[in-house]
Amino acid sequence: MSEDAIISAVYASLEQVMDPEIPVLTVLDLGMITQVSVTEAGILIKMIPTFAACPAVTYIKDNIRSTVAHDLGMPVQVEVDKETHWHSNRLSVEAKEKLRNFGIAAPQVHNGEVHAEIMLHTACPHCGSEQTYLRSPFGSTLCRAIHFCKACGMAFEQFKPVE
Amino acid sequence: MTTSLNTDIAVTDLITKMADDELIIGHRNSEWTGLGPVMEEDIAFSSMAQDKIGHALALYTILHEQLQGADPDQFAFMREASAFKCCHLVELPIGDYDFSLMRHFLFDHAEAVRYRHLLQSSYTPLKQLSQKVKGELKYHTLHANAWLLQLCRAGADSHARMQAALDTCFPLACGIFEPAADEVEALLIAEAIYPGEEVLYNEWLDQIYPILAQAGLNLPDVAQVRPAYGGRGGQHTKWLVPMLNEMGAVFRLDPQASW
Repeated sequence: MSEDAIISAVYASLEQVMDPEIPVLTVLDLGMITQVSVTEAGILIKMIPTFAACPAVTYIKDNIRSTVAHDLGMPVQVEVDKETHWHSNRLSVEAKEKLRNFGIAAPQVHNGEVHAEIMLHTACPHCGSEQTYLRSPFGSTLCRAIHFCKACGMAFEQFKPVE
Repeated sequence: MTTSLNTDIAVTDLITKMADDELIIGHRNSEWTGLGPVMEEDIAFSSMAQDKIGHALALYTILHEQLQGADPDQFAFMREASAFKCCHLVELPIGDYDFSLMRHFLFDHAEAVRYRHLLQSSYTPLKQLSQKVKGELKYHTLHANAWLLQLCRAGADSHARMQAALDTCFPLACGIFEPAADEVEALLIAEAIYPGEEVLYNEWLDQIYPILAQAGLNLPDVAQVRPAYGGRGGQHTKWLVPMLNEMGAVFRLDPQASW
C-alpha cells in the first residue's frame, strides 16, 4: 500500500471509533483527530481530548489503537497532541445533524469566544422551537448543558459551545 | 546554568500552588455530590469538581513531564500537608450553600484572570494548557454569576446571607494572591512567565466589583482587609489534614496499585 492509501485506510477505520459518551459520534465527527502519519514504526495518530478532565480519554486512545491496528494489521501509536486545542467549532456539519437526531442540541458556532448570550434560545431538538432557556450550564457529562423548552415542555441537553 | 535552575524552581512553585488549589477545591466541590439544594446544583458542583481535578492533573503532569516532578497520583495523595501550597480559601469545609457559592464565585474569577494572562506566558506548557482551561472556566464563572445574582435578588434574608458569605470569604480569597518569595516573584515576572500576584489581584477586583455591585453586595473595605496568607508557604488551616486523610485513604491502602 502507498502512504496515501494507508492514510485513507486509517481514516476509514477511524469511522468505526465512537465516543463512549455520545455513541452516535465518531472521533472524526468530534474533530478529535489532528494528524495521521506513517512512520518507520508504523502508524502515528495524534488526537486531542474534548475536555481536560474527560474520563474517557484513555479508553478512546485504546479504542483508536486497537481498531486501527486490527483493520490495517500494522502497529499503531496514539499520542495526545498538546499543540492543538479542541473547541466545539471542530464538530463537523454531519456531527451536528447526528447529535440532533440523537436528541441533543448542537453547539452554536462561535467566533473564538463564548459569551453567555450565545446559549439563549437554543433550538429544541424535539420540536424545533427556540422558546427555550438555559437551565444549567452543566449536564450529565462535562460537554453538556441542560435547557428547557417552553413550547413542548421538555428538558433537553445540548453539546455546549466551548472556545 | 544557575539561572535556568532557578527558573525551574520558580515555575515549579507557581504550578504547584495552582494545582493544589485546583485539587483541593475540586475535592471540596465534590462533597456537594448527592447533597445539592436542587438537582441541577448537585450536577453543577459535581461537574465543576471533575473539571478542577482534571486541571490539577494536567498541571501535576507538567511538573512530572517537564520539571522532574513525582508521578501525579503519588504527588497528589502521598504528600504531607506542609508540602501543599494551596490557599486557605479552598481548604474550608463546604459549609452552607451560600458559603460554597461565594467561594466558587471569588475563586473562579481569580482563576479566569490567571489563565487569561497565562495565554501570553513564555512558558509553553502553561500557555498551551491555559487555552483549554480558560474555555472550560467560562462555564464556571457563568454559573457563579447567575446564582449570585439570583440569590441576592431572592429577598432580604437571602441577600443578607450572601453579604455575610462575602464578608467571610473575601479575606480568604485575597489569600489566593499571596506572593511567592520576592526573588521567585521577580524572576517569574522578568521571564514573562506570569505577571505576578499583584497584577492578578488588581484585575480580579476590577472583574468582580461590577458583578457584586449588580447583586447589591458591598465589597469589604479592601484597605482594611487582612488577607489569609500562609498557605503558599505550607501553613494551613486545621481543615486541611482531615481532608487529605480522607481524600488519600483509598490510594494509600496500596500506593503501587494500578488503577
